[in-house]
Amino acid sequence: MLIPEGLKYTKEHEWIQVDGEVGIVGITDYAQNELSDIVFVELPEVGQKVAKGERVATLEAVKTVADVYSPVTGEVIEVNERLADEPDLINRDPYGDGWIVKIKIKNLDELNDLLSAEEYEKLVEEEEA
Amino acid sequence: MLKRTLLYDAHVKLGAKMVEFGGFEMPVQYTSILEEHRWVRSKAGLFDVSHMGEIEVTGPRALEFVSYITANDPARLDVFQVQYSAFLTEKGTFVDDILVYRLPDRFLLVVNASNTDKDFEWVKSHQFKDGVEVKNLSSDYGELALQGPVAEKVLQRITDIDLSKMGYYWAGFGKVLGKDALISRTGYTGEDGFEIYLPPSEVEEVFWKLLDMEEVKPAGLGARDTLRLEMGYCLYGNDIDETTNALEAGLKWIVGFHKPDFIGKKALLEIKEKGITRKRVGFETERRGAVPRHGQKILDADGNEIGHVTSGTFSPSLRKGIGMGYVKKEFARRGTEINIEIRNRAEKAVIVRMPFYKEGTVKK
Repeated sequence: MLIPEGLKYTKEHEWIQVDGEVGIVGITDYAQNELSDIVFVELPEVGQKVAKGERVATLEAVKTVADVYSPVTGEVIEVNERLADEPDLINRDPYGDGWIVKIKIKNLDELNDLLSAEEYEKLVEEEEA
Repeated sequence: MLKRTLLYDAHVKLGAKMVEFGGFEMPVQYTSILEEHRWVRSKAGLFDVSHMGEIEVTGPRALEFVSYITANDPARLDVFQVQYSAFLTEKGTFVDDILVYRLPDRFLLVVNASNTDKDFEWVKSHQFKDGVEVKNLSSDYGELALQGPVAEKVLQRITDIDLSKMGYYWAGFGKVLGKDALISRTGYTGEDGFEIYLPPSEVEEVFWKLLDMEEVKPAGLGARDTLRLEMGYCLYGNDIDETTNALEAGLKWIVGFHKPDFIGKKALLEIKEKGITRKRVGFETERRGAVPRHGQKILDADGNEIGHVTSGTFSPSLRKGIGMGYVKKEFARRGTEINIEIRNRAEKAVIVRMPFYKEGTVKK
């Protein structure tokens, strides 16, 4: 299971990669493995405002459905259009081509509440146990 | 405490994701449900179905007894023929759906894992005072299902039974890897294939031998569910249970009304007379991302509730949402436009004829 350093994580298994005031958001390797076989991704509109913890996308897998929650408050400035035809990019490359949205972060202080790679790994180990 | 089949270690070794099903820890998938599904539709998938229960009925009145406790008519079976049937309550609802094997000196009733103990108690509670013996042989059998277009070719390599002569829903005794086995041309996927009953000590060897063949890959319960749903086959506990009767479930074809008596007959005759009020139907959703799930409401075009979803999934073959459910009878006609309430949104769907998937290689 991959948990790259340098990203921030949520308890709901999202990751965010921050560059300046823009954050790229996706779901973790652990989450994609739990969901398995993602067959459809419902993406937000560009320009949509989201609050921290609010649903920003929905993933339909063969067996189940899961919401993706925004790790931060802000505005959606880009969505991963490739997911429309290749939803399984999330399964194949959750931290790369399987990214979901880019968000312009309103308040960078919110990032302090998120988990480090080490903290997230601990959380997953607890869930697995 | 969850039970494990004899192949538990093998599943773990293969990297399967394990889940609880019917009181057993079972593999839901080894690699991906989609991949396993497609492999069964194009090659051959191997399923561990050892969790299924086996109840044996023997004695001079065995036929009469099986006829009384099951919906279908076992007298219509030749020796070595197999029949889809059910145990019904007095109300004509389902205790379980089962396979009935007529063997030279006995009947073998194959039941759902989660119902094995309930079924066995139920069968015993109806047992005739004499002439019938009933045994729960569930621990005496391991069971594998090999399903897919190349299943016959593959299985023929390790058995002395001439599979080319075995018809759909027929069975035979023979050797598999030199060990005694019962094989039937049956399955739950819509593809040609076999179910293989083996002594527990032999199951693992046969499992690995089949997996050694390049055409065969293991398939889990996830694919088993999407495959059966594409065929419109019922899953006990979802699509049929003790609250659904055989007629509204669309399973009149397994009800032997001509038989002098069987449990549930009186109620079903009354229902037949009065007419059913709701019916099991299959439907497809319009929007690709709208995947129906068990328990969701079915609405009419105006938003009134007319039923509920009993099984739903993304169909790997059709690449859209499919499902089954019960709707008020007047909405059951093919082509009727309905809505499925999926996460507070009414999603358009249309009632279609089952099976959803029509290219299956199953021999009829």
